[in-house]
Amino acid sequence: MADTTDWDSAVVEPAPTEDRLPAEARTVGLHHGAAPQRPTALVGTDVPHDNAISHVTGTVQYTEDLAAGLVGVLHAWPVQAPIARGRIVAVDAAPALAAPGVVRVLTIDDIPGTNQIAFAGDQPLIHPEVVHEGQAVAWVLAETRQQAIDGALAVRVEYEQLPAVLTLDEAIAADEWLFEPMHLLTGDAAAALASATHVFAGTTEFGGQEHLYFECQTALAQVDSEGQVVVHSSTQAPASTQGAVAAVLGVPLHQVTVESLRMGGAFGGKETQADPVAAVAALGSVLTRRPVLVRLDRAADSTLTGKRHPGRAEWRIGFDADLRIVGLTADLVLDGGWCADLSQAVVARALCHIDNAYLIPAADVLGRAARTNKTSQTAFRGFGGPQGMFVIEDIMGRAALRLGVAPDELRRRNFYRPGERTPYQQEVNAADRLGLVWDQARADAGYERLRREVDAFNAAHEHTKRGLAVTPVKFGVSFNQTFLNQAGALVHVYRDGTVLVSHGGTEMGQGLHTKMLMVAAEELGVPLRSVRLAPTRTDKVPNSSATSASTGADLNGYAVADACAQIVARLRPVAAELLDTDAGGVTFADGIVSGGGRTRPWAEVVEAAYVRRVQLWSSGFYSTPGLSWNAAGGVRGTPFKYFVYDAGVTQVEVDGDTGAYRWLSADLACDAGDSLAPLLDIGQIEGAYVQGVGWLTQEELLWDTSDDPARRGRLATRAFSTYKIPGLLDIPERFGVRLMTGFGGDGSIHGSKAVGEPPLMLAFSAFEALRDAVAAFGPAGHEVVLRAPATPEVVYWAIRDARAAGGAG
Amino acid sequence: MSNEIRFRVNGREETFELTDPRTSLLNCLRSLGWTGVREACGEGECGACTVLVATPDADGGSRWTAVDSCLVPAAELAGQEVLTSQGLGTPTALHPVQAALAGGGGSQCGYCTSGFVTAISAEYYRPGRAAGEFDRASLDGTLCRCTGYRPIRDAADALAAPAAADALALRLRAPAPARQAVDVTTPGGRFVRPATLAEALAFLRAHPEAVVLAGGTDVGVGIGLLHQPAELILDIAGLPELSGVTLGEGAVEIGAGVPLADLPRRLGGRLPLLDDLVPLFASTQIRNRATLGGNLGTASPIGDGPPVLLALDADLVLADADGERRVPLRDYFTGYRTTVRRPDELITRIVVGAPGLLHAFHKIAKRRHDDISSVAVAYDLVLAGGVVERVRIGLGGVAATPLRAYATEEALTGRPWTAETARAASRVLAGEGTPLDDHRASAAYRREMLATSLVRFQRDNPGTGKGN
Repeated sequence: MADTTDWDSAVVEPAPTEDRLPAEARTVGLHHGAAPQRPTALVGTDVPHDNAISHVTGTVQYTEDLAAGLVGVLHAWPVQAPIARGRIVAVDAAPALAAPGVVRVLTIDDIPGTNQIAFAGDQPLIHPEVVHEGQAVAWVLAETRQQAIDGALAVRVEYEQLPAVLTLDEAIAADEWLFEPMHLLTGDAAAALASATHVFAGTTEFGGQEHLYFECQTALAQVDSEGQVVVHSSTQAPASTQGAVAAVLGVPLHQVTVESLRMGGAFGGKETQADPVAAVAALGSVLTRRPVLVRLDRAADSTLTGKRHPGRAEWRIGFDADLRIVGLTADLVLDGGWCADLSQAVVARALCHIDNAYLIPAADVLGRAARTNKTSQTAFRGFGGPQGMFVIEDIMGRAALRLGVAPDELRRRNFYRPGERTPYQQEVNAADRLGLVWDQARADAGYERLRREVDAFNAAHEHTKRGLAVTPVKFGVSFNQTFLNQAGALVHVYRDGTVLVSHGGTEMGQGLHTKMLMVAAEELGVPLRSVRLAPTRTDKVPNSSATSASTGADLNGYAVADACAQIVARLRPVAAELLDTDAGGVTFADGIVSGGGRTRPWAEVVEAAYVRRVQLWSSGFYSTPGLSWNAAGGVRGTPFKYFVYDAGVTQVEVDGDTGAYRWLSADLACDAGDSLAPLLDIGQIEGAYVQGVGWLTQEELLWDTSDDPARRGRLATRAFSTYKIPGLLDIPERFGVRLMTGFGGDGSIHGSKAVGEPPLMLAFSAFEALRDAVAAFGPAGHEVVLRAPATPEVVYWAIRDARAAGGAG
Repeated sequence: MSNEIRFRVNGREETFELTDPRTSLLNCLRSLGWTGVREACGEGECGACTVLVATPDADGGSRWTAVDSCLVPAAELAGQEVLTSQGLGTPTALHPVQAALAGGGGSQCGYCTSGFVTAISAEYYRPGRAAGEFDRASLDGTLCRCTGYRPIRDAADALAAPAAADALALRLRAPAPARQAVDVTTPGGRFVRPATLAEALAFLRAHPEAVVLAGGTDVGVGIGLLHQPAELILDIAGLPELSGVTLGEGAVEIGAGVPLADLPRRLGGRLPLLDDLVPLFASTQIRNRATLGGNLGTASPIGDGPPVLLALDADLVLADADGERRVPLRDYFTGYRTTVRRPDELITRIVVGAPGLLHAFHKIAKRRHDDISSVAVAYDLVLAGGVVERVRIGLGGVAATPLRAYATEEALTGRPWTAETARAASRVLAGEGTPLDDHRASAAYRREMLATSLVRFQRDNPGTGKGN
């Protein structure tokens, strides 16, 4: 899919450099500061997404589109259970098989391999019992999509309904857990609380989140001429998908190739959740010897696939007389749904982020995941980090009100300082950056002036109040599991000098492939247009880790650079010979090879190398050094290569009659290191922030917990009409992002840093701004308790409580 | 009878063989190879499948109207002109909207991007739009999960006016294609789009079981997302007899088939309460298709049309093959999605008398735009000497049907229009209906919202005290 417009020659407007424009002049599209400058020509410049042109012209292809070129494609559709828990007494496929176009009905008896698709070992492809509403009991294969849907509705399944566990309280009462509890333990928290000047206790509650990637789960499988199964899958983790397919088919890995062309959004929702759909497509294609396409629709996707873990924490925190945290005890319980999937790793990351930016000298935190009869909750941007960090930010917001101290003062006072360690004993690198990014966000927002304006507004308005808050982010980058921190790449240089790059990372819209193109072009010294990126395939780069944990560019970038460096090293003597100079004096830049005052075109050097029988392609590999992790007997180690530091300021206006609100401004200061691609990184930051605001405010996932047997356990929010993500008119009028300068140099590729997940947690500033606004309806000292998502209804009840505390009824 | 549908897509004549009357324009376009049109929600909520259809404009020309192709039956497009992102520009010749989005970071995963390109283009080509004057509200029905919207908003805000030689702009000077009658029988069922109201009523007399589409924004959700069957579809969208608006001396008559988006312009300010309603009703793409007749025909208790029309004390004109009858809206609803309309009747007109001077439409929802109301309250009030002479309050979302708040109206009538009166009556209003706990809101919140709504209405509209 090469785009023909030449972006190399596109003129990109430089970002404005004014730091202190008057607020009224900065209304839209505000980007604070200039992009970091480097001596290189390409890395660090505003290169648009590699597919931007095919996106806007509608010519870009996704996995489903690949089926259009195939003959005889069958469509698969799930038969979904209407109850949350029960025994399957009988499955009668006869009415479906008699329906027009239906070719076959796949049941549990059709699985030739093992009926297991996940590493946790508790996730059958087709479950012999019903463990959540919407679970696939069978899959119908038919000539058209509509016929498959109609066929699935015709399958008769007899169930014997069993009592379902739906809420955390029910799970705790039933002692239903997905794995042994994990523990974050440092110092003597009980003693610290006993000696603390101020001790507060409370419960923090937060909801789950639907990924709502726009492209629903999709896979297209066929058996090739050699009997190999080729699966085109919208997956973040092709190697994992390959493993699931091979297990279900009962064949070795070399019999299965998985390609991830690109995803129409993923956000963690296609890390493991793509596997069942891919396995069904593969199973169908093997059994029918025809291509099989699975493309779920929204309701099927929502009811089949996992979401962000909802949960809650009960906590006690102590502060000393200087308002510094002395100890924290907490019991963090996440709702993991019907099987473990990634829940244990999610809990681990939650425990590793419950400190966020604050030194907690003594901590005793239990992390658990309850088993409930719901979809199996899974990875979602932040991967437990948001849940852990939300707990401490909720605590800080509430404690500040009880202490009568400005929340920004309480937060600032507790920041990590250089040399201090997290509760799991990793040293907090470059901790001084917390203060720098915090001050920058406040300066960009004009925080002190805004504070005065908000206070004046609130004094003048009885029925409408404004709120303002600033919150920090410290986010650890690397997979907690050390072995996952590896990546591979394969770079081909062809005889005409063009380059094809393959790597193990996947493209879900984040621009990873664009960054990898930039890295390859930079390392080889060729123009961007000479490099093409191939779709990710397991037969090009094997055993890849999922593209997740924000590590895509860090890991794959070094792997691509490693491959390119090997090629350049082999070309260097050839070039030296052609240029009649020393190999050490040869430089490669922008398609020109130079040395000894002479130049040769890159392609000429490449062809000369070919004729001299020099290898023009190379693999590359990277494994992150210096990591350690131990989860047994208390989480401990140095799981993260570095921390990312962000800070955000959000201002909101709340309507006292309804609890409805609108965002007035957001100013985000972010650490992308020395950004590889500022345009893409700003996009990640803005998108993550809005997605985080959605999670914490209007996106509400609800299951029916009533006693009505016909409805109990039903996902009530299974469509865009019932699950409301933010829209274009919801974002703040003033929405500014600054990429921090001087934050590079943590040993990652070209000094860049991970940017996919951390900014999501800047949305805590929005949540805390809501708390600030609600507090303005009540008297000083009133503790505003909000649960997330803070829907207008939640905010309304909190306003009523605040007014009641002030005697206003 | 042939089951081929012929229409123009991106300037190309296309022929589509209909095999199922339920087939959406979205699936039709994709099977013709226009795969830039994509489904993300399947219910007209996200706008990813937005396409432009040439529809008649007021002055004999046409406009590019944005619609959600997932909710439009393919058969309805017979003889029509459709534009998708692939027809606006190409990789080597980008359309100005495409160039603005591509250069500024307006796409990430790209799945929604075609929908933004078309939705923005609808506003780009709006007759009379000046350069740099982009109505952001036109994007209230187009969602993105990746970008956070800022670059899309910036791209839209900065758009110039179309070039003088822009062929797609010049196209709008000519009339839109004429509405075409369709009667197609397929293996999956039959689709009938009659030429006249008389034909429609005769058909309905013979086939009272037919699923009636008057825009399809509600029925289409049932077909697309809920997989409901529809073997016989009667499509009355655009019937000329249902498309009139008559501004009479005393009363206003609104054709049941007028798209909601057209109402403010065609009513010319005669019914300010409807002007309040329209921007809050669903989204741009839905308003371009949805009609008051459809909103009343599906009789959803959470539709936003009925509370407003109840407050306006509207009458409905119901027609069957033999004639017409007039029914007050307050007597129309009989239960959850049931009404006095017989299966062989169609709503043809809505008749509204003179409104009071004080009016408001309050919509309570999780999201400010493009959301279904938890509670909707509409007011129409007449003051005389500072005293409430007459008030009508329509409610949605608090019972199995839309309601008139009669007890509250009685509590207000004859009382001085003060904060005290409103506060006292708000307790009556909170007791109206039988609100439920559901995924949109709790029953307790719904009751509170009824109460605070009335207090706010009085606060926002204190009246002159001298009658009005």
